Amino acid sequence: MSTIDLLEQQGVVPSRTRPGLRGLSRETKIGAGILAVLFLAGLLAPLIAPYGQNQLNFTDIYSAPSLSHVMGTDGAGRDVFSRTLYALRLDLGIVVLVTYPPLVIGVFAGAVAGYFGGIFDAVLARIVDVMIALPFLVLIIAVIAIVGPGIKGILIGVPLVAWALYARLSRSGMLVLREQPFILATVALGYTTRRTILRHAVPNLMRSSLIYSTLDMVVNLLLLSSLAYLGLGAQPPSAELGSIIADGQSALLTAWWVATLPGLVVVLFGIGALLLGDGLSDGRLKGTLPCASLPSRC
Amino acid sequence: MTGAAPLLRLEGLTKTFALRRSVGERVGRSQVEPTRAVDDFSFTLHHGEILGLAGESGSGKTTLARCIIRLIEPDAGTIELDGIDVRAARGRQLRELRRRMQMVFQDPYSSLNPRMTVGAALHEAGRVHHRPGSENGEQFVRDALERVHLSAGTAKRRPRELSGGQRQRVAVARALAVGPEVLIADEAVSALDVSVQAQLLNLFLDLRDELGVAILFVAHQLAVIAEVADRVAIMNRGRLIEIGDAADVFANPQDDYTKSLLAAHPRPRLSGAASS
Amino acid sequence: MRLTSEPVLSIEGRRVEFDMPFGRLVALRDASLSIRPGEIVGLVGETGSGKTLVCRSVMRLVPARGRIAAGRITFGGRDVLAMSTRELRDFRAHDVGMVFQDPFSTLNPVLRIGNQVAETLRVNFGLKKAEAQAQAVALLRDVGIPNPERRALSYPHEFSGGMRQRVMIALATASQPRLLLADEPTTALDVTTQAQILDLLVRLSQEREMAVVLVSHDFGVIAQVCDRVAVMYGGHIVETGTIEEIHDGAEHPYTRGLLDSIPRLESAGRATRLPVIPGVPPEPTEVVSGCVFRPRCRYAQGGCDTVSMVLEPVSPGHETACPVRPFAVADSAPTARAGARP
Repeated sequence: MSTIDLLEQQGVVPSRTRPGLRGLSRETKIGAGILAVLFLAGLLAPLIAPYGQNQLNFTDIYSAPSLSHVMGTDGAGRDVFSRTLYALRLDLGIVVLVTYPPLVIGVFAGAVAGYFGGIFDAVLARIVDVMIALPFLVLIIAVIAIVGPGIKGILIGVPLVAWALYARLSRSGMLVLREQPFILATVALGYTTRRTILRHAVPNLMRSSLIYSTLDMVVNLLLLSSLAYLGLGAQPPSAELGSIIADGQSALLTAWWVATLPGLVVVLFGIGALLLGDGLSDGRLKGTLPCASLPSRC
Repeated sequence: MTGAAPLLRLEGLTKTFALRRSVGERVGRSQVEPTRAVDDFSFTLHHGEILGLAGESGSGKTTLARCIIRLIEPDAGTIELDGIDVRAARGRQLRELRRRMQMVFQDPYSSLNPRMTVGAALHEAGRVHHRPGSENGEQFVRDALERVHLSAGTAKRRPRELSGGQRQRVAVARALAVGPEVLIADEAVSALDVSVQAQLLNLFLDLRDELGVAILFVAHQLAVIAEVADRVAIMNRGRLIEIGDAADVFANPQDDYTKSLLAAHPRPRLSGAASS
Repeated sequence: MRLTSEPVLSIEGRRVEFDMPFGRLVALRDASLSIRPGEIVGLVGETGSGKTLVCRSVMRLVPARGRIAAGRITFGGRDVLAMSTRELRDFRAHDVGMVFQDPFSTLNPVLRIGNQVAETLRVNFGLKKAEAQAQAVALLRDVGIPNPERRALSYPHEFSGGMRQRVMIALATASQPRLLLADEPTTALDVTTQAQILDLLVRLSQEREMAVVLVSHDFGVIAQVCDRVAVMYGGHIVETGTIEEIHDGAEHPYTRGLLDSIPRLESAGRATRLPVIPGVPPEPTEVVSGCVFRPRCRYAQGGCDTVSMVLEPVSPGHETACPVRPFAVADSAPTARAGARP
């Protein structure tokens, strides 16, 4: 917690002197910027890639980075930069698909369970516990074994488990939140339970899940890449970051750029996501679950 | 005032909490007495009066307040608002009854949704209950703020930009926006600085005088109650100890507990203070 | 009253600033205070008055982003601000004790009470384990905890708020400090326990000739035990004096306004209303020219926007920062005292 938060908690500095949302930290902005660039690059790949993702050219294999091939070429003469762009497109698209829909479902499930408690909550909590306890990679591979290799398996397998993490976050947040006076106030005001949960509770629960999702995206990207590396994910010749890196592995000592440069892109994504998550969790935590400055609380 | 039918009537209200027992206690089968937070409590609140509910911390007064609007479900007893049985109400009827009995909470720092602007919160209150004038959001919010002597510009701000006193006023404005006949102030001024507290107390008196709102004023400080209440009820360990006109109860306490409460009221030791 | 003139603690012209991203925040503008041995001084003020910072800056416990921008703090003749880290640690361990508002968060919930007290003794006085344990029990007894041998084996959550506060006081006074800083020690307690804790502080102060600075927003608490009072507003000390002087004849409009807005039991059944100070206290980022209370003051005059907040004597020991003195004439007529308490 920042100093100013501590000061406010202790009543030393009145809280109304704090700035509004414009006070986003530099960390947050840099992280968001990096991610924005990467997502845009992926989105616009067909427009900005200088070559096709599978444009073969056997006369120009393993050529070093140059003006015509910014990241060099691989063993089949394909432009690594273009492949990376298309790979970003595919990978980031999948990452978003397997991160955010589960987030939405998980947050709602957890919120409802946490609010009502009782048998519904007990059942959900046990399901969530089981899902989280399963060894993730093993489960994904099992799903792939059933539906066959390719991104289909990932699109099915990951959301199956991912929602549970968000449900757990949201549920524990709700257990605390439902005792907060402003939530009790919505009941006292005669609002419907639906309004209380959807309009008042969930927006305040979103924060921790959104912060966690930045980490989740990185994990999912790495998962994708690992699976492709193992030959279980996106199948060649689709450009996928993991498979590009895997292909370049054999030539690591001679044509280092094939594996390393796309690898750096993955690292860059990780840095951006973590900076964003960090920045969000640091600066604005005070805006959600307010810590009462009464002596008997906190 | 007295003689006319009461606005709010409580009869024999009881709420018991079963204590959580540790594994050790359960295994050892030791007898653990459940706590009677509210024990056979009865009183009436009339139109346009302020009834003070005084009790020390742990006396059960907040539990009682929450039972009245069924934030906590009472175990036994009757609650009647304007003759309507509150405990039997469900769904829409319950929500309508709640609209008529509004609560202002103790902690100004957590009783407002931190993510909503003041204006949005006030407007929502009006819209949900289709209050007259709520179609015109801006005017409705402006009127609501004026009732608690806050400037119109407050509507754009978020709770974190406001002081404790301002937040409590917003909480009162939100409660008034749905048009209640009863206001339950649950330690509503206890967390405020003395000079701000005085402002809020005068506001409650204004609400009684100008809007005719009946107020159940729950507090642990007797002097605060003395400043606003017409009648006073003294509460201890869930039970009603004494009830009557404020001046009467404070000047001629009947019960020993009331007497001890009044005796413990801090008084400045002016002569030779500490060092003699 | 003590006759020694050498003050235990002397704060002069204290100024504490915070450099925040959105500007400079002056939380404590100019505070001067001197405390004699064995004296109990109250520091009363509302949120944002700077009273907590006065205490903290004595111990040099100002939070990370804060700066002590000006002033001197002298303790028993030594300059606190000039102390080295080692001297400061000694100072905090042996010469000054501090009691905070919420005893629950300042005691380690997973350690037994006896162990926590004994640990302080071992660390600060080099006592052996057995000695420290025995001494800890003695200390607990000294602060009025019944059955101290048994209670020393309990955990903080098994104690009531009042008991925990007694433990805090034991910890703070273990080294027989000459000065105890108590920051809202009774705010979280109910009325009866409050009285007991205050009595304890008075007793310890008398027995050990220990000076006490009691910070509170509750004038009633201050009035119960303090010899002298300093009233703070907007980062300044606006008035000082004995309890009687402040209570019966406050000279500063803010002090009067504050006292007038305190609820009274006697108002029961009467159609009176509390007089109210309009407006709100200034933000720490606000700069008010002249008197910091001027925007809310009923008695403000033309020259008030250029005065400095310097304390001037009304009578020996009673000082005020208000040059207007609107009550001076009224006070000389005994029946016409505005704001005097019945």
